[in-house]
Amino acid sequence: MIVLNCHKGIGESVQGEALVAKDNFSARYDLDRIKGVFSRPDHALAGQSYDGKILVMNTSKGGVASAWMLHEMKARGVTPKAILFNTANTILAQGAALAGLTMCDRFERGDVTDLIQNGDVLEIDPEAGTVTITNRD
Amino acid sequence: MRLTDEEQAMLAGEMGKAQQWAIDHQIKVGGMFDAKDLVPVSQAHMMGDPEAVGEAGADFLEGLARDGAKAKIPTITDPRGVDLSYYEPMGQTEEMASLERRIIGALEKMGVMMTNTCINYQTIMPPIRGDHVAFGDTGVVIYANSACGARSNFEGGPSALAAGLTGRTPRYGLHLDEKRQATRRLRVSEQPKGLTDWGILGAVAGKTVGSYWEVPVIEGLEVVPTSDEMKHLGAAMASYGSTPLFHLAGITPEAPTLEAVGGEKLTTEVLDADAMNAMRSRFGGKGDKLDVVVFAAPQLSLVEMEQVASLCNGKKMKVPLFACAAPQVYPDAQRMGFVEKIENAGGKVLVGTCFYNGFAREVGEANGWKRLLSNSAKIVNILGGYGYEPALASMEDCVSSAIAGEIV
Repeated sequence: MIVLNCHKGIGESVQGEALVAKDNFSARYDLDRIKGVFSRPDHALAGQSYDGKILVMNTSKGGVASAWMLHEMKARGVTPKAILFNTANTILAQGAALAGLTMCDRFERGDVTDLIQNGDVLEIDPEAGTVTITNRD
Repeated sequence: MRLTDEEQAMLAGEMGKAQQWAIDHQIKVGGMFDAKDLVPVSQAHMMGDPEAVGEAGADFLEGLARDGAKAKIPTITDPRGVDLSYYEPMGQTEEMASLERRIIGALEKMGVMMTNTCINYQTIMPPIRGDHVAFGDTGVVIYANSACGARSNFEGGPSALAAGLTGRTPRYGLHLDEKRQATRRLRVSEQPKGLTDWGILGAVAGKTVGSYWEVPVIEGLEVVPTSDEMKHLGAAMASYGSTPLFHLAGITPEAPTLEAVGGEKLTTEVLDADAMNAMRSRFGGKGDKLDVVVFAAPQLSLVEMEQVASLCNGKKMKVPLFACAAPQVYPDAQRMGFVEKIENAGGKVLVGTCFYNGFAREVGEANGWKRLLSNSAKIVNILGGYGYEPALASMEDCVSSAIAGEIV
């Protein structure tokens, strides 16, 4: 078990499997939100499903639309379980607050896309600001 | 977070459920960014097109309206997704239009002014230096912060609406002096000429800094951009970099000198011609097939409408051309004959929409449009994720290509 400390985040405590990329995130620019896959051809996760995963990415980019889109994705039930960033921008934090989606950022030990590996099983406690990797020591 | 007595009352629900939602939302967001209190804002600008808002968002807005939500400060809107007078020819469905009507109905009930523009800094009320505002649309925020010296974070639709309802926003990010100092120092090696060049400069600068929390100061410019050029510079930088504020040394109000924004302490990074050309060559080549030409993102000013109209005058286009006008610009463009010149040549002026935010994927599929040409680096960036093969060219080349039916 590895415990990572981060900034206090938004949303409920959740558990899930990590989908990691050294890339950035925009709900409007990068996703096919009906199918639940990354659709932008030059995205590191192009073609991969994000449904039910904990996304681990560098930062959030692009437009303000993502603030609504997380809410719509959650209502439709095709959504990541949580998103972890090195740094979130304001839009994604606002979107998480509206949608009730779990989101944390700013990890003490460095680049979260290095600290967490694809397929790691995670427990996130946004109120405490901790992410626990349960499958590794 | 420190709350005033009035804010405590809002949070306790004493001012109704809508205000309670709004301030609770603001406290959650402010908490993540360590806001110590809320700051009064003079205006809110809200993004809420049907594609982004969705059914769930429309239900949410109708719920707020039923709960008695009323805007406390001037609250205006970003472009709509559906031009309700011209959606069937675009391949937009009745469902999309009806979702749009529901959103408009709910917002009007709340006293939101349906300005439907992403160039409110050119057409409605440009904010003043030091003016705290809650603006949505990244292009609007970056212009207000950088060109006007006003203070806004990127406020997504829900947060801008919350600010409209409470008259405040959490004091974090660009509301604070220290977050407005430069963190990266960029030097241009060529002077931009025309809107597209300014857009390319914005795209390269945005890609270089690549984070909401970085503030680039750009030096070496020998030309002062026009308002339209600043608009394209900012829109592209925000689109490629999630950048909400930049300074142009000696030009923008907070950077009369490099030192004024702390730029002299930073290492210079040169945005050389290769970086600019790499950005240009990412997009289409001469002779390539073309399906549609779009002028949007941001909406066109009256001056741009005149320029497009002059280029279209007396010509005939082989592929469809769309120009997205702000509703405030359209009546003048019509009165002055610009709309007629564009439409007589086979183009179409859309009002109060911005193309990319109006179900662009479905519109592209319905019309068989893949190869799209625009002079906006922002729209070219966005539509790559929407099933298009977008290409970038100057306004002149865009119109010439529409006439030729291929990229010139």
